Amino acid sequence: MNAAYEPWSAARCTEIIGAYAHVEGGVIVVLHAIQHAFGYVPEPAIPMIAEARNLSRAEVHGVFTFYHDFRHEPAGKHVLKICRAEACQAAGGDALTARAEQQLGVKLGHTTADDRVTLEPIYCLGLCATAPSAMLDGRIVGRLDEKRMDALLVEAQR
Amino acid sequence: MSLKVYIPCDAAAVCVGADELVAAFEAQAAQRKLEIEIVRNGSRGLLWLEPMVEVATPNGRVAFGPVEDKDVASVLDAMIADGPHDLRLGIADDITWLKKQTRLTFVRCGIVDPRPVEDYVAHDGYKGLTRALSMDSAGIVADVTTSGLRGRGGAGFPTGIKWKTVADAQADRKFIVCNADEGDSGTFADRMIMEGDPFVVIEGMTIAGIAVGATKGYIYIRSEYPHAIIAMEEGIKAAKRAGWLGDNIKGSGRAFDLEVRVGAGAYVCGEETSLLESLEGRRGIVRAKPPLPAHKGLFGKPTVINNVLSFAAIPFILDNGAKAYADYGMGRSRGTMPIQLAGNVKFGGLFEVAFGITLGELVDDIAGGTFTGKPVRAVQVGGPLGAYFPPSMFDTPFDYEAFAKRDGLIGHGGITIFDDSVDMSKMARFAMEFCAVESCGKCTPCRIGSTRGVETIDKIRRGEQVADNLLVLQDLSNTMKFGSLCALGGFTPYPVMSALKHFPEDFGPVPQVQAAE
Ligand SMILES: Cc1cc2nc3c(=O)[nH]c(=O)nc-3n(C[C@H](O)[C@H](O)[C@H](O)COP(=O)(O)O)c2cc1C
Ligand code: SF4
Ligand code: FES
Repeated sequence: MNAAYEPWSAARCTEIIGAYAHVEGGVIVVLHAIQHAFGYVPEPAIPMIAEARNLSRAEVHGVFTFYHDFRHEPAGKHVLKICRAEACQAAGGDALTARAEQQLGVKLGHTTADDRVTLEPIYCLGLCATAPSAMLDGRIVGRLDEKRMDALLVEAQR
Repeated sequence: MSLKVYIPCDAAAVCVGADELVAAFEAQAAQRKLEIEIVRNGSRGLLWLEPMVEVATPNGRVAFGPVEDKDVASVLDAMIADGPHDLRLGIADDITWLKKQTRLTFVRCGIVDPRPVEDYVAHDGYKGLTRALSMDSAGIVADVTTSGLRGRGGAGFPTGIKWKTVADAQADRKFIVCNADEGDSGTFADRMIMEGDPFVVIEGMTIAGIAVGATKGYIYIRSEYPHAIIAMEEGIKAAKRAGWLGDNIKGSGRAFDLEVRVGAGAYVCGEETSLLESLEGRRGIVRAKPPLPAHKGLFGKPTVINNVLSFAAIPFILDNGAKAYADYGMGRSRGTMPIQLAGNVKFGGLFEVAFGITLGELVDDIAGGTFTGKPVRAVQVGGPLGAYFPPSMFDTPFDYEAFAKRDGLIGHGGITIFDDSVDMSKMARFAMEFCAVESCGKCTPCRIGSTRGVETIDKIRRGEQVADNLLVLQDLSNTMKFGSLCALGGFTPYPVMSALKHFPEDFGPVPQVQAAE
């Protein structure tokens, strides 16, 4: 598991939920905060949110599954998101994505066997004039070419 | 001697090394015992030149770009000596690409330090709100209406009419919502203005609040924009500290407060009713209209929801008058549009200009064609729901009605350029696939039609009953166009059908490449 995150703790989760109790319509805010703490949204968190916010478990689960951002399980140590939207495709993104998949040995949407890298598509980072673009653990990278992509892949596999 | 150096904090500069440059400049200066003040300005939008570094001189700011780490020592030499350098671009304000623009909304972007509110005020910020505070609701709304401003989020609905509806509504609470979901590929103007001049968005929303009688606003920013989220949060805090937000704005007795909310990676949440659902903490399922958000919006209350650029245009209008804005443009498209040039582009970036400029001027002259140097084959205007245009249609003027007449849309003003290596049936397939992935699931034509669309294009590309499947594709597109509740399902046929219409030669069996799986 990624050292940047805390191990699951129901007490900590209760604390997070409580910290946002006053936020009107704040289910997504709470889900973000829980994922920020644990690296994903552990299953027991769903009924806890539901109870605290007086919602049904199904409602909260529905919200959780609707949004692409929320993880059901921990990601690899590093997360590499490659932009797959049109402007990055126009700038040569397809070949670079194939290169990343080949070097990591996984397809987009998967994590390497050693749990080091989760490779994911992302649809536009707003860096479409310095395309192709990617994001490694929250750090944005633009003007990718083979050399810059290779350097990024080395960094991701550390 | 001391130097004042500007290194942009804009994500487009950061993604090509601007943060590292700050450290490198500081280290070089320390080594030379040189006093250096580094300002993290926004970007001026000449993105092919990023990181574009500027130095203050008695004659104005001199720009260098694109600066890499290895250039820092020599650029610093040139800055100190005011001497020549290969990367020297001259006085930033005099760069032709900037001088050709009409910057009303982006007038401060790249120039000011986006953090201190004092810098904003020193550059004519908050003049619009100051005037608005002396006016009544009807007067403010009348100014917005007369300016001719139409929503910059895509649909182009007159902003003044929307505001009037909310102003006239009776309710215990009303809301202002800023749509900063900017999911369209090829667009980044919202991101740039939030990072480079956050107070203009805050001021625009505050004026909206004063105009319609709302005291609370939300800015819904997509999670893919971490820098913009921080910039807006910091901006709100600074505005509060300075008394420009809060219970008693600058002693006027008027109240307005703002909160940032972060999206969670759903494209459809850019659709206004889906966004409102999301703000309320639910799945982003599109609501049927009516009721309009202006009558029943956030938490069921009358709500003004506008795009970032719509709000950002407001301070200019209130400060300089509706006519000053309406004097620009053509037909029913008044004012300026911050156009974004993206993709395989030589001179990519943000180009704010009055409506009426032709697509060809933008693509060939301003953008300079492709960075690969190959001929432009197609451009997509208006994001994933926008049509593809071939060069034979480059005489189309940038204007809502002119684009609609040619089965296209200007949307949020993004132009994505493709060279002649593009495979247009693949782009059509992508449009369908994107719709399938991002569909909120409410209507069948969108949810199922898009998946069928992907399968059908796959068959065409495999050479299976091509003529029949082309008919199926057209049928599907029509069903989606007329049977969808919102523009995700309703407009996905635009890129698909325009690709088919203008590039029919790409819709047939694709030669199998040996290496492909
Ligand atoms: C699928 C879909 C995505 C949209 N995405 C955005 C967006 O990211 N930003 C935006 O301002 N408007 C977006 N819109 C348009 C909004 O529904 C709405 O028209 C807009 O927020 C109104 O503000 P405006 O009048 O200032 O343009 C989208 C519409 C659809 C159908
Ligand atoms: S067209 Fe698609 S995204 Fe829009 S409401 Fe229908 S199913 Fe949802
Ligand atoms: S399309 Fe990749 S950053 Fe916008």
